[in-house]
Amino acid sequence: MLTARTLSGAAQVRRSLQPIQGKYAVTLIPGDAFTGIGPEISHAVKAIYAAAEVPIEWEEVSVTPVLKGGKTVIPDAAITSVKRNTVALKGPLATPIGKGHVSLNLTLRRTFNLFANVRPCVSIKGFKTAYDDVNTVLIRENTEGEYSGIEHEIVDGVVQSIKLITWQASERVARYAFHYAQANGRRRVTAVHKANIMKMSDGMFLAACREVSGDFPNIAYDEDLLDRVCLQVCQNPRPYADRVMVMPNLYGDILSDMCAGLIGGLGLTPSGNIGRDASIFEAVHGSAPDIAEFGANPIRKIGKGLANPTALLLSSLMMLRHMNLNTYAERIEKAALSTIAEGKTITGDLGGKATTKEFTDAIVKRLHAQ
Amino acid sequence: MLPRTLARTSPLYTRAATTLSAGYPRVSRKLPTKYGGVYTVTLIPGDGIGAEITDSVKEIFEHVNAPIEWEQYDVSGVSSQGENLFRQAMESLKRNRVGLKGILFTPISQSGHISWNVAMRQQLDIYASVVLCKSLPGFPTRHKDVDFAIIRENTEGEYSGLEHQSYPGVVESLKVVTRPKAERIIRFAFDFAVKNNRKATNIMKLGDGLFLNTFRQIAEEYASSGLACNDMIVDNCAMQLVARPGQFDVMVMPNLYGAIVSNIGAALVGGPGVVPGCNVGREYALFEPGCRHVAKDIMGTNRANPAAMILSSTMMLRHLGLDTIADSIASATLGVINAGKVRTADMGGGAASTSEFTAEVIKNL
Repeated sequence: MLTARTLSGAAQVRRSLQPIQGKYAVTLIPGDAFTGIGPEISHAVKAIYAAAEVPIEWEEVSVTPVLKGGKTVIPDAAITSVKRNTVALKGPLATPIGKGHVSLNLTLRRTFNLFANVRPCVSIKGFKTAYDDVNTVLIRENTEGEYSGIEHEIVDGVVQSIKLITWQASERVARYAFHYAQANGRRRVTAVHKANIMKMSDGMFLAACREVSGDFPNIAYDEDLLDRVCLQVCQNPRPYADRVMVMPNLYGDILSDMCAGLIGGLGLTPSGNIGRDASIFEAVHGSAPDIAEFGANPIRKIGKGLANPTALLLSSLMMLRHMNLNTYAERIEKAALSTIAEGKTITGDLGGKATTKEFTDAIVKRLHAQ
Repeated sequence: MLPRTLARTSPLYTRAATTLSAGYPRVSRKLPTKYGGVYTVTLIPGDGIGAEITDSVKEIFEHVNAPIEWEQYDVSGVSSQGENLFRQAMESLKRNRVGLKGILFTPISQSGHISWNVAMRQQLDIYASVVLCKSLPGFPTRHKDVDFAIIRENTEGEYSGLEHQSYPGVVESLKVVTRPKAERIIRFAFDFAVKNNRKATNIMKLGDGLFLNTFRQIAEEYASSGLACNDMIVDNCAMQLVARPGQFDVMVMPNLYGAIVSNIGAALVGGPGVVPGCNVGREYALFEPGCRHVAKDIMGTNRANPAAMILSSTMMLRHLGLDTIADSIASATLGVINAGKVRTADMGGGAASTSEFTAEVIKNL
């Protein structure tokens, strides 16, 4: 019965994914031209998609906050566009920090019930790090846990914050993890937890995962302590190539960035937010202005045409696969990765000298040659 | 100050704070139990590989005739039956004030007992966990020149154990952070950094406003020491650790992040088998491997790497003022690792057994 419910949910999303005149409409949130590299790298993605003749019609919207009823909110046009298209690609946005602004990511997460954050990390050939065999997929519960935002000072000097775990949210993200494993040919789901210490909260998360695993007899299921996973992934990430890891919010936050560190930073990692009402794929590097200067860091290149569009491009490929446009995804992926592997026309953060345009053109050329 | 024999003899140990000699601030007021020049130390081998690796410590101590009398308690967390023994062990620890311990197993099921490891730290108020992650000479890993200390708050935060189900299917777990506890752990970290001539003190936070603010306040008290201080968000920190670990020196953090960082740190330098650690409070000091794994999978197979436990025991010897013995054991252990001939399976090598490794250390003494 539970399976039926999810399937109907998936069908709902699919229903609105009908091509119009042979093309799928996708909302594109390029980001703010004054504060970031969003527009540059979105442009690169569009150029590559045009060359690959992907049947996608971009619907560009701005999410620059506007005043509405005394509060700064995302313009309605952006919300309706994502609602209509159910799929969106989002460039890095500088979240305005300060009072009165609700974080944009939070607004999007709440509006579209983006409950699962999917973070694959695959070693990029051509960008050398200490690890060359990374292929991990991490799915993070995105709506509750440590980030419930319930925090208060009981008396002076005593702060209490509440980690909230619900069966509903745990079951939902676990089900998506199994679903993802099945769709992507991974044979195992590992739930990452700390239930030896937090017996009730993480215990319930595990119980939900266990129950869902019963509905997927062809996918193996196991549980592992957060400590052990941290240790083992850093020591040897290879065994994690056959599985999907699923975990509560905070653990996922830390582990996903750790995995990104293994392959060279957030400039090379895609991210997808799967929700009930829509799915938003994004480059995560924009939301972390404090990424220090190591490895692939596209942020230093604002406005100079030197930014690296790889993270956004890889995110868009996740999107294509989500939309079942797998052949296009594979073609573009091959062209992009071989361009990086060749190393002649890569951007500065990867150790090359090319501009965004030269990098993009190199990929386009490969697409034409294919 | 402690004599640092090795620091002087070997160019590899140019800095005082190594796994060999961590001059953490001593805070005990009462003296440890000592009769006729012999210290009584509580020994809790723990579950999993604990028995094997503490045996190797006992063997080595016997060989060098270390003035340590063990008071051993074979507490096991596998079943809840051992609670009485656990209490005896606690009383022994309270008497002796110094202990050496393996890791006790904690059941995941809700009906099982709470973590005795955590209970011990909370009851003895051994609030500071010190874990030293340093690249070992002669044992190359993916990363070079890693050398940092992790100072972790040990008694509150996510490990408060306060949980309730407010409605079926809705569980709340409380994380409690208090200013006095934040203050003392941060002060400990600064004292540690000053005492060991460390360069920088990092911190990690994540909406942990109280912890961060306290850190900034206390940093001012140490302004003249020339320590560089900065803070970092925990997710970014995890990423930086695996990409550029060389930038870290002394890190201080709340409880749960410590679990994550110490495991990442151990992975960087060669695994939990080589990372020593200790827990220190005002009254008590309990020494245990820095990376707290039970390792049930290899228990009883004589394959565990005792290096972490041996190095932890040398930290204990130093704590008791037995520096000469500590130095000779530590340098023998590191010498065996450096020579690379006898290594346990986790270090690649010829898959020597625990007892072979121990014998080799004894031969090297």
